[in-house]
Amino acid sequence: MSAQTTSKASPASFVSSSRWLLWSGIAALCAWVLVPIYLVALGALGGRQGVYQWPKTGLPTGISLDPFILFLKTEGVLQSFLNSLGAAGITVALSILLGAPAGYALARYNFHGKDSYRLLVLLTRAFPLAILALPLTVSFIRLGLYDTIIGVGLIHTVLALPFAALVTQGIFMGVPRELEEAAWVFGCTRVQAFFKIVAPLALPGIVATAVFAFVISWNEVFAASVLTVRNRTLTAYLLTVLSESPMHYRFAGGLMLILPSVIFIFAVRRYLFAIWGISSK
Amino acid sequence: MANIVIDRIRKSFGTFEALKEVSLTINDGEFVSLLGPSGCGKTTLLRIIAGLETSTSGDVLIGGKSVIGLPPKERGLAMVFQNYAVFPHMTVYENVAFGLRMQKADDARVKTQVEKAAGLLHIEQYLDRYPNKLSGGQRQRVAVARALAVEPKVLLMDEPLSNLDALLRLEMRTELKTVLQSAGTTTIYVTHDQTEAMGLSDRIAVMHNGMVEQVGTPVDVYNYPATRFVGGFIGNPPMNFIKVPVTNGQVTAGSEPLKAPKETGDEVILGLRGEAVQLAPLPLGLEMKVRVAEPMGSHLLLTGSIHDQPVRVILPSSETVRSGDVIGLKLDPNRITWLSPESGKSFPAATAR
Repeated sequence: MSAQTTSKASPASFVSSSRWLLWSGIAALCAWVLVPIYLVALGALGGRQGVYQWPKTGLPTGISLDPFILFLKTEGVLQSFLNSLGAAGITVALSILLGAPAGYALARYNFHGKDSYRLLVLLTRAFPLAILALPLTVSFIRLGLYDTIIGVGLIHTVLALPFAALVTQGIFMGVPRELEEAAWVFGCTRVQAFFKIVAPLALPGIVATAVFAFVISWNEVFAASVLTVRNRTLTAYLLTVLSESPMHYRFAGGLMLILPSVIFIFAVRRYLFAIWGISSK
Repeated sequence: MANIVIDRIRKSFGTFEALKEVSLTINDGEFVSLLGPSGCGKTTLLRIIAGLETSTSGDVLIGGKSVIGLPPKERGLAMVFQNYAVFPHMTVYENVAFGLRMQKADDARVKTQVEKAAGLLHIEQYLDRYPNKLSGGQRQRVAVARALAVEPKVLLMDEPLSNLDALLRLEMRTELKTVLQSAGTTTIYVTHDQTEAMGLSDRIAVMHNGMVEQVGTPVDVYNYPATRFVGGFIGNPPMNFIKVPVTNGQVTAGSEPLKAPKETGDEVILGLRGEAVQLAPLPLGLEMKVRVAEPMGSHLLLTGSIHDQPVRVILPSSETVRSGDVIGLKLDPNRITWLSPESGKSFPAATAR
């Protein structure tokens, strides 16, 4: 009797234990992302006292938006936030508009110097910004780009572009060539075939590349600090201002850095997953 | 409807010559297979006709008009790809309608054409599904329906059945033949599977090393191969090749002399289909040492040697031959292909037609 039950129970317990493993893994990953955000939010919204309260209560107490709104009203915060959005927008737009065609060419065509081109693209990251900072500042002043958001956006594009080109190359290689050829045969020009067939199938990957470019620009602080004086991006602004600020201001700044990325990724999450499954087989 | 003229097409990839002056004429409404082993250039030729590949030199005429330099969409053709190439982000309906939509056909025509094509290929019930919910065979039907819906002048098929399992392939082959017979479209069909080519085609072009070795009806290509390669490639078991000496313009097979064609030298190769023989008593017949006898039910397959050269012979299953026997064979003189040992080509004069 007992032998019977164990033999029956073992496959069931295997299933339940693997399911338990799955859900605990999911919980751990969620906690990995959410707990720090939660703690930062707690610090930002808890006011002057909330930051120093220890041990932390599980559920937030004495929370109000006031300290955060006070932070937002601080001079320069809102403007630098908008500056950051602008620079990130320029970075996303340029790195997709320039990087995706480069990736497409790398994926579809064989040309002389393809490998050296790929290497060259990566080499743009071989020179640390710290070395380039001074010459860049000088030429930006000459070009009238110094202390402008366009200038910062251009530099961030340079940082994001190599990845955009190489990542989109992989994405376009994942769209079978035969699909495109079928489109040509059935009446498409090359451009039509790209927009009707390739682009919809590559969309998830392109969106992921856009997220990546956004995050690169949003988090970048060195170039933004060097190349701006008054039109600071949020990171550069916070770096200079917050060291002299009270603790809950710093947390509010941190939260403000985190939130747009999270919201952005959340907004485009639908496109991050291949809906149709690219495989043609 | 249109005929296709392929005029001295050459194609090289760097120093590799994929196609060496291929010429071929396909008549209006005809079904022609390009048959050959992988790497023989058959797919390259098809892609040149489709406009997906450029030729190094030569011309392709569709309906009397040169299409070299035209993009694929201006050639008035449709194509079925080996991996189906069904668009994964469109429903089956939109897939089949794709060509018509690109031609800016009105909705009513799109609807009738899609329904007609879907009906021919029995995919009506899947029209609003996405391709990832379909099996391989169903996807292949969608690909064929998409090609037929535009009523093309020319239909190109690139190994359309090679990704299907054996049973499904057989079923689709019969169905394709039914569908295409009623459509009457000029069709070029690329395959490495001789049974597909034999079963479907009006004519077969056997390709080897970038050249067309022979063009002919399935029966002609089978019975009268133009080269040793064609004989060896087509037929299961393949044609037997027995090298024999020629004396006074004659070859002795057993006690029976066979008249060799005039052009032969001291030696000639007899191309012999496995089933073109009969059992004969020994001093009269050609001696064959049977190494293995395999009763296959429908026939008896004998593997052994004649003049110490390996052969495979098919006899009716009513005959009793055992492994290790020595038997005599009577050859059918009308079904012998005489081949030159030097060039590997057959002597056409001697090949009775």
